Amino acid sequence: MHELSLMTNLLEDAVAAADGAPVCALRVRVGPLSGVVIEALRFAFEALAPGTPAEGARLDIDETVPLFRCPRCGAEYPTPVGSYQCPGCGAADGELIGGHELELISIEVPDHV
Amino acid sequence: MCDTCGCGHPHDHSHAHPHDHAHPHDHAQPHDSGSVRTIEVQKPALALNQRHADQNRGWFRAKGLTVFNLLSSPGSGKTTLLERTLRELPRAAAIVGDLQTDNDAARLRAAGAQAVQITTGATCHLDAHMVLHALDQLDADGLRYLFIENVGNLVCPASYDLGEDRRVVLLSVTEGEDKPLKFPVMFLRADLVLVTKTDLAGAVGFDRDTALANIRQTAPRADILELSAKTGDGFPAWLDWLQA
Repeated sequence: MHELSLMTNLLEDAVAAADGAPVCALRVRVGPLSGVVIEALRFAFEALAPGTPAEGARLDIDETVPLFRCPRCGAEYPTPVGSYQCPGCGAADGELIGGHELELISIEVPDHV
Repeated sequence: MCDTCGCGHPHDHSHAHPHDHAHPHDHAQPHDSGSVRTIEVQKPALALNQRHADQNRGWFRAKGLTVFNLLSSPGSGKTTLLERTLRELPRAAAIVGDLQTDNDAARLRAAGAQAVQITTGATCHLDAHMVLHALDQLDADGLRYLFIENVGNLVCPASYDLGEDRRVVLLSVTEGEDKPLKFPVMFLRADLVLVTKTDLAGAVGFDRDTALANIRQTAPRADILELSAKTGDGFPAWLDWLQA
């Protein structure tokens, strides 16, 4: 359950970026290799947001997929978790280049503030 | 504020909810109506951990240390592995993480090694900041190798860079051959997967071929070694790998 401490970080960054304004929405990018369970992240958000400028805000989550670059043929390919073979040449030692993200992409604040 | 990282330890983070301002939620307009504007942030949730990890890495380089992060489920044999490793590998020390007790550090000190215990309380992983503070207690003079024994957990510790050079993930033969398939994130980041307790393989009916295939599938870039810290079987290859 490290989602609580990770959501604490995301909320702090959102509140800091809002610079005193209420936060209407957070957009977070989560990769399946980030080690984070999205439901636990949503639970942490519901638990932590009340009493902050992000109380009642919407949490939008963009999910990514694992992305590898093949060292043999240079292909970049998405794969399911746990199966990383290059579909082009069959090489199994691809370099992970995506799917491990956990980041705050953007926030929404009221236009009139 | 501490001298190590300026963190104001132990109250080391700013609150999402500062308590010294009027509460901003008395605006009449609900969040989901009216016009909004988007502010780009693009910040990883672990940005602060990454800064601390980079700080650790700089410290390790300055001291000439090679650092290994040891990860596994509880009971895979990390401490037993370290007891023997620290006896056989000169100029090596350990930082060990547990939720409670300093039993592991005491065991390693009894084996004649320098060991620093981190107790995390309720936290299920080590982060770079905990390690940063543990380094205050480490006498690095003459040291060449440092092991960081993480909290026994195959999930959360995978996300936290501690500043290590290499990650070693242990899989004991008693755990079952499909652990790598169940915890793929941990295995994918491994530089070495170490199959431990091989002396028990026969007793538990360990299916070695299946286990190795599962490791290769989920940790395609990792080296694989097998050993028993109890009998010493496989130990020379492990010591060679550490010193390579």
